[in-house]
Amino acid sequence: MFDRIREKLNILADAAKYDVSCSSSGGTRKNTNKGLGDSHTSGICHTYTEDGRCVSLLKILLTNHCIYDCLFCVSRKSNDVKRAAFTVDEVVELTMNFYRRNYIEGLFLSSGIFKNANFTMERLLLVVKKLRLEQNYNGYIHLKTIPGASDELIKEAGLYADRMSINLEMPTEAGLKLLAPEKNHEEVIKPLAFVQQQINQFTADKKLIKHVPTFVPAGQSTQMVIGATPESDKDIMYTANTFYKNFSLKRVYYSGYVPISNDTRMPVLGTQPPLLRENRLYQTDWLMRFYGFKVQEILNDANPNLDIDIDPKLSWAIRNMQHFPVDINTADYKMILRIPGIGVMSAQKIVQARKFGKLRIDQLKKIGVAFNRAKHFIICLDSPYQLKDYQGTQIKAFILAESQSKYLKTDSNQMILF
Amino acid sequence: MTYIFDGTFQGLLTAVFEWFERKPGKVVLKSTSIFQPEAFAESFTVNTNAEKADRVWAGLQKKLKKDWQRKYYCTYLSELPEAYNHLFQFTVYIFQNQLGAESNYGNPHVIALAKYAKSVEREKHRMEAFIRFQKTGDGIFYANIDPDFNVLPLISNHFKNRYADQPWVIYDLKRKYGLHYNLTRVEEITISFSNGADKQNLAPVLMDESEALYATLWKDYFKSANIVARKNTKLHLQHVPKRYWKYLTEKVPI
Repeated sequence: MFDRIREKLNILADAAKYDVSCSSSGGTRKNTNKGLGDSHTSGICHTYTEDGRCVSLLKILLTNHCIYDCLFCVSRKSNDVKRAAFTVDEVVELTMNFYRRNYIEGLFLSSGIFKNANFTMERLLLVVKKLRLEQNYNGYIHLKTIPGASDELIKEAGLYADRMSINLEMPTEAGLKLLAPEKNHEEVIKPLAFVQQQINQFTADKKLIKHVPTFVPAGQSTQMVIGATPESDKDIMYTANTFYKNFSLKRVYYSGYVPISNDTRMPVLGTQPPLLRENRLYQTDWLMRFYGFKVQEILNDANPNLDIDIDPKLSWAIRNMQHFPVDINTADYKMILRIPGIGVMSAQKIVQARKFGKLRIDQLKKIGVAFNRAKHFIICLDSPYQLKDYQGTQIKAFILAESQSKYLKTDSNQMILF
Repeated sequence: MTYIFDGTFQGLLTAVFEWFERKPGKVVLKSTSIFQPEAFAESFTVNTNAEKADRVWAGLQKKLKKDWQRKYYCTYLSELPEAYNHLFQFTVYIFQNQLGAESNYGNPHVIALAKYAKSVEREKHRMEAFIRFQKTGDGIFYANIDPDFNVLPLISNHFKNRYADQPWVIYDLKRKYGLHYNLTRVEEITISFSNGADKQNLAPVLMDESEALYATLWKDYFKSANIVARKNTKLHLQHVPKRYWKYLTEKVPI
């Protein structure tokens, strides 16, 4: 019994780990029934794996049996791996006992498709209903929407889950067709749109009626695998942008492809996952969501791919030197946010602090500005007078010369042999 | 001039009261535990007085919004000698200036408080993340900690709300006190460990029979969730510094 549950957990956690979403934020459920669990608005990462990724949720598949044969997936039908399936009670027990020991923030439940979409979705629904209704569990639940499941099932699941997600898998329809001929983006868009419409409906009702149940309070997210197919960074981020706009997604995740198959249509086994590219994509995602950048400013036909050696914010600044230097003491907040070396927190502090007097270099450093980077783009009270106007390329060389990025020393796409 | 106080929150507030009463000019505040008499410097010992402290705190509440009251208290909980002095100077600065003076991030004491509060809040958040309960034979969920700062007062509500249906104890081994939740309220406790007892690891005989099973399953899960091809030890250590490992079930070798 003991060994069997260990084996199942190993198989089904291993199969679920390529789904990178780990966030447990945005939940609003409060422990009002004197049960177990209470959500934390910003989420909590309870530990980190040795690859540095956060572990916040118990992320497992209900089963890794699957009727599909998607090339990029370890659980594909044709792959020779051990198969297993949890019972509903096993998942409930694991979740409750892990949660009670403060190991996790909640459950992330996904599944391979067995028999058909509705049959699978019904099983997922059984787990979440048991947790919420029988166990008084108020912790976080992230549930996969199974493409093709009926509207009724999805709607019911949304009443118990905090977040729902469906993966786009590949950034473009063409890429998806290449590796998973049985799937298309339309199948993903339909349920995403349905859940979005339901969220809007429940929010509207809430304004009129006092007691409306919550419906997917932490919103929806999706994931794209990058580096398995030849899309450009522009293709990837334009797709992400469209999905953020059309479906008010909370997050788009970018998962660097870890080779798991010898198929000739994809990078061969042993190829390093594109970690640096993944990092640059996330930086772009942040610039879009928190820094007021339009995706077209960062990626366009002239620059279809992100620079590898410098981050996208610095890259934009160097291409647009006409906006700099910015006077810290007079510029508006939006422009301060665009200065390389200044983040959201520092920008807010600067805007507050300058009401009390013009700011000097030492104050900026204390506020938390990365001054060695920012100094090329700003003027403050005691900036040294500069006669020479440097070119963007020269500034890039200065910054690279003194930066100590772990990425610059070794090219991460190059395999290390010895 | 040096002001010496007893290290309590009330003592700190009393010191501010005394300064405004005397206006002795520039003063440095130190706690008794670190004060060393100097040959040519004057010193003044503050007698902690609840009434005076309350008046200062009431005044601060009028001057500072909730978020800054919290930053103030967090800075105190850092227990760092320099933090006490910054708190003292900050209080004087706040009282001597118009409403809203706390958003002057150009002021060294404002920025110092913001930094101390951030460190303490980070430690608090780490405790919310890294505490690992072990279920004992009598059904209590027990956890040891030794945080860098005195964060027990800050995490009490979080655990009370979250684990409302299970009794638990969180014990600070460094500061020798803990919290006990008995299904109705949280109380402060001290434990007298018997001589030679291993305080860090509870003896297996005290454990619930299911404890070993779930600890093993959690360790298994932790291993399975890792992607070996993406190994990044530097990032791992940045997120989970080694000093926390001794309490993390998944990091303790079997």
